[in-house]
Amino acid sequence: MCSDFMNSGSGPLCRKTFDVFFRYRFHQRKDGMMEVKIGEEERQLIGDLIDQLRELLLATSPEGKLDPSLRRLYPTAYVDDVRHEQEYQRSARDQLLERRLSHLDVVEATLNDAELNSDSVTAWITTVNDLRLVLGTHLDVSEDDESKILDSGGPQEQQHAIYHYLSHLLGEFLEAAGR
Amino acid sequence: MSQTESSPVVTDDESPGSITDEDTPWVVLVWNDPINLMSYVVHVLQKLFGYSSEKATHLMLDVHHKGRAVVSNGNREKAELDVFRLHEFGLWATMQKDV
Repeated sequence: MCSDFMNSGSGPLCRKTFDVFFRYRFHQRKDGMMEVKIGEEERQLIGDLIDQLRELLLATSPEGKLDPSLRRLYPTAYVDDVRHEQEYQRSARDQLLERRLSHLDVVEATLNDAELNSDSVTAWITTVNDLRLVLGTHLDVSEDDESKILDSGGPQEQQHAIYHYLSHLLGEFLEAAGR
Repeated sequence: MSQTESSPVVTDDESPGSITDEDTPWVVLVWNDPINLMSYVVHVLQKLFGYSSEKATHLMLDVHHKGRAVVSNGNREKAELDVFRLHEFGLWATMQKDV
């Protein structure tokens, strides 16, 4: 596991720095609604990413071979039971695909909303995590990557930057949801 | 963590009168992975299993430091449902007989 942005720093200074920059981006209200104040460009980026994820998900037929970067979205359930594993994959892959697509639909429908209900928050959190799983698998990230300085000018620089952006976004979301 | 119970001897023979597959206790494991955030794992364990923040954090740290942790147990049907729910949230979960 990798430590997220919230856990990467400690002490009052780090907390204060976090509050100054991010206090107003996500706010869990007492009535259950989550206020989301992220910029237009970020929303556009998330919209682009979910379009790409949907395309990738739909390109893989439930019975067909998986795109390697989707491996983490359909894990093995039974490690030492071939018969039950085959049965599980047959039923679970369809259901996991369906669930992910429905979450993408929710995020798309609420992409520009200033506040989200709890079901939408779940869809956002799981979708942002799915994006990280796919991108992280594609980039073959390791636990040390979080602290690495980005390979400036490298061919995957942009993808690494997006991956880190999504990590921070998810960390902020979870922090607000748990408050 | 899970309570250890003395397990009946189980054979592959599922003839009438024998211990059936459904009676065998199973454990659900979550494995360490380099992508999922520590706070995300805590969030999912709390949401799916209703664990306290302390228990979910303890399990997450077990996963992080020991490579895996048993997060739930039950008969095969329950364990498979738990694994599926964890897979819905993108956690690397597997199940195996509790032997």
